[in-house]
Amino acid sequence: MSSIGTGYDLSVTTFSPDGRVFQIEYAAKAVDNSGTVIGIKCKDGVVMGVEKLIASKMMLPGSNRRIHSVHRHSGMAVAGLAADGRQIVARTKSEATNYESVYGEQIPVKELAERIASYVHLCTLYWWLRPFGCGIILGGYDRDGPQLYMVEPSGVSYRYFGAAIGKGRQAAKTEIEKLKLSELTCRQGVIEVAKIIYGIHDEAKDKEFELEMSWVCDESNRLHQKVPDELLEEAKAAAKAALEEMDAD
Amino acid sequence: MDQSIQNDLNAPHSMGTTIIGVTYNGGVVLGADSRTSTGVYVANRASDKITQLTDNVYLCRSGSAADSQIVSDYVRHFLHQHTIQLGHPATVKVAANLIRLFSYNNKNMLQTGLIIGGWDKYEGGKIYGVPLGGTILEQPFAIGGSGSTYLYGFFDQEWKEGMTKEEAEQLVVKAVSLAIARDGASGGVVRTVIINSEGVTRNYYPGDALPLWHEELEPQNSLLDILSSSSSGPDMMIS
Repeated sequence: MSSIGTGYDLSVTTFSPDGRVFQIEYAAKAVDNSGTVIGIKCKDGVVMGVEKLIASKMMLPGSNRRIHSVHRHSGMAVAGLAADGRQIVARTKSEATNYESVYGEQIPVKELAERIASYVHLCTLYWWLRPFGCGIILGGYDRDGPQLYMVEPSGVSYRYFGAAIGKGRQAAKTEIEKLKLSELTCRQGVIEVAKIIYGIHDEAKDKEFELEMSWVCDESNRLHQKVPDELLEEAKAAAKAALEEMDAD
Repeated sequence: MDQSIQNDLNAPHSMGTTIIGVTYNGGVVLGADSRTSTGVYVANRASDKITQLTDNVYLCRSGSAADSQIVSDYVRHFLHQHTIQLGHPATVKVAANLIRLFSYNNKNMLQTGLIIGGWDKYEGGKIYGVPLGGTILEQPFAIGGSGSTYLYGFFDQEWKEGMTKEEAEQLVVKAVSLAIARDGASGGVVRTVIINSEGVTRNYYPGDALPLWHEELEPQNSLLDILSSSSSGPDMMIS
């Protein structure tokens, strides 16, 4: 699957003989090395969760936010290089507010996803820019209902029922596929996402982690916000209990 | 006397006008007169002041004819682009917002009073007024133009929430004809445009289809009728 592209991988403006752009694939590897980020679309909204790997015990819990609100109705979780992610979030916020000033209504989530995807793709077209080393999960709730999009470093953007990026994405995707998303409410979705993240966290290989979750749903009045503290605690407790059950077997 | 006529002929075309937009249960009705004047000369007695912006959004224009035409052309262009990008029809609110951005940002150079009306699947029928300075106000009904000054009391009395399509159109036609009777800068025919979920209907009410108010003469179809119809000409000649 992966190969080194000796000679054809020095610039993002070079194709390899078999039609690949290696720099973009390497950028995707930067995303693969980061902590897992998950998003699911439930029947009444979108839930996103991040497995924040804690680099140092001296970091304050709750710092290093990985999920950002980009507008009242939508939020974005970033995996990969954090600084690149900051740039993309800033751009997205700007696109959203600019759209609203010109058109007088909130930017449709589909339009927002397309704009970020264009922006990410832009950086794969010029030799003097490098691709963004981030994968983005964008969740929003507009007139057409709740929607979930994922944008990859290549600039590709698709709409999903459930998406996962980062280290544990394969395991996460398997777990997400087991869920009946069309019947889940966001309240239930939050619990499920917590269970999945706790479940795929590799105790042996990785250090400790902190769970960060957000939602945008009918219950939150279609505003993107952090999952309320008591629900978050409930989710963490349920996830830990589920882990212990598994271990007990 | 000659000099004043000369000045008037070169004066900018202004649509001393009556324009109206009214929501009803299921859509909107837009109405306007058809007189475009340069001073006292009627440059166009059958103009169409209701312009299309998109399939589902129309605009009533008043004030300077040139200014309102250019604004509507620009907005039509941007709305078209926006519709392509979005993948489905633009909402009335977006059209109205684009209009007011032009009106507000160029307020020093423009003189236009506009009424935007249309139907979209999210909000239904909506009317937005964008008067001279570039304010935007969503209203259940809006009136504009020089003839509208005579209609404020009329609408206070006659306006009702949740009218049927027929009631709304009758109200609009009656109102425009009342304004035409009192305002020298409004006249000609009454045009209406009805927009709802089923589409757009244009109607035309020539002078002889309108009610008369207070001792006006019956409209004639042609001057020739007046001239050929026996001895005494009409009594309206006061030279």
